[in-house]
Amino acid sequence: MKIHLPNSAFLGNVDPLLRGFDPSNPETLEITTNDKWVSVHPFVLSLVASIGLTVKPENIKCEKIEARSKGYLARMNLFKMLNIAFSMDIVEHDPTGRFIPLTQIRSSEEASKFIPEMIPLLKVTPEQAETIVHILSELVRNVLEHSGSPGGAVVCAQYYPKTNRIGIGISDAGVGIKKTINFAHKTRTDMEAIQLALSPGVTGMTDKAGGTERNAGFGLFYIKSIASVNGDHFVIYSGNGFYKLLRKQSDSVRALRLNADPFRDRHSKEEFQAVFNGTAVGIDMTLKQTREFSVLIQAIGDVYRKAIKEKKKGRYKGPTFI
Amino acid sequence: MIIKLFDAVGKYAENKDTARDIRNKFLLPALEKKEKIFLDFEGVETTTQSFIHALISEAMKKHGNGIFDYVVFKSCNDSIKQFVKIVVDYMQEALG
Repeated sequence: MKIHLPNSAFLGNVDPLLRGFDPSNPETLEITTNDKWVSVHPFVLSLVASIGLTVKPENIKCEKIEARSKGYLARMNLFKMLNIAFSMDIVEHDPTGRFIPLTQIRSSEEASKFIPEMIPLLKVTPEQAETIVHILSELVRNVLEHSGSPGGAVVCAQYYPKTNRIGIGISDAGVGIKKTINFAHKTRTDMEAIQLALSPGVTGMTDKAGGTERNAGFGLFYIKSIASVNGDHFVIYSGNGFYKLLRKQSDSVRALRLNADPFRDRHSKEEFQAVFNGTAVGIDMTLKQTREFSVLIQAIGDVYRKAIKEKKKGRYKGPTFI
Repeated sequence: MIIKLFDAVGKYAENKDTARDIRNKFLLPALEKKEKIFLDFEGVETTTQSFIHALISEAMKKHGNGIFDYVVFKSCNDSIKQFVKIVVDYMQEALG
């Protein structure tokens, strides 16, 4: 496999990086970077780390990294997580209030330990913490329950003071959304599976309204809705499908209008040649735009209830008269 | 019976395995015996829809909305109340 980290890859411009990902020869991984500078979203770091975890450390090559930001990749734990040698003197400043380095979560217990420990590091308000806890918990537990990823979930986050924004990335090298969704639904493509996974009330565990005792098909819809209401980016990449919720201009941000169908949101989507065996999610949270949590939940709940109603209506069979 | 959620989950009620354990060990047996049960969220700052779903949806499937004659949610903040309402509403919608 080969992946190139350009000088800039955030959620708005990450598409070329994914387009250039070469998944051939899955037993090796070559990571190359821009010569001068690398600045990437946590989505990219978690994706690279989850891919790297499927490869033996001795088969990972990244010795040609010359970029000055090599130190950043090291501080975000990329080399440590992939268990590859790294030689550079770096001053390790306290990450509090700035970033959460790449962290591997393989069990429910690790998730329960990680979430309360990481929230204080981001130095957010209690209301903002509520949203972050929800996003992280739903995403991490999705991976643990559905992905079948031997390496579990890889998570990291970064605070960007200039834009007052937190970027979160989570990735796994599991079976991908399509395989999971197709336990209970029939989708033909990764993009169709992504569309279903982002719709309210859809879970891979059952096609019944109300879900199972553990899953109701609310998590990804909720996370996409948070990004939508706040006007932030949200991306999801699985198999060869890539969906991006585009940022909204500030005027439309305030409107609490949510769509059950992610394709009705302002978005872009692409089906790449290369297939990523797993799922990666990235989200931005502009902190000053974050809506009051309980208002948000109420609005999201309304759409969810409506979707359940529609789903039931869709199943109603009328009598046949001849 | 009073179940103090904070003692089981801390300030973030998000572990669905813990929710399942509370449901199976306390909630469902109390409902079988038609005993009043208080789910006390004192000290819990936030929860997730998945946690509340794992906690009560199975009980609603088994006992319908009659569970609310016995189950009382105590000391919930606004967002926890919202999550409880969402789950209760969609489960009633789904079961109705």
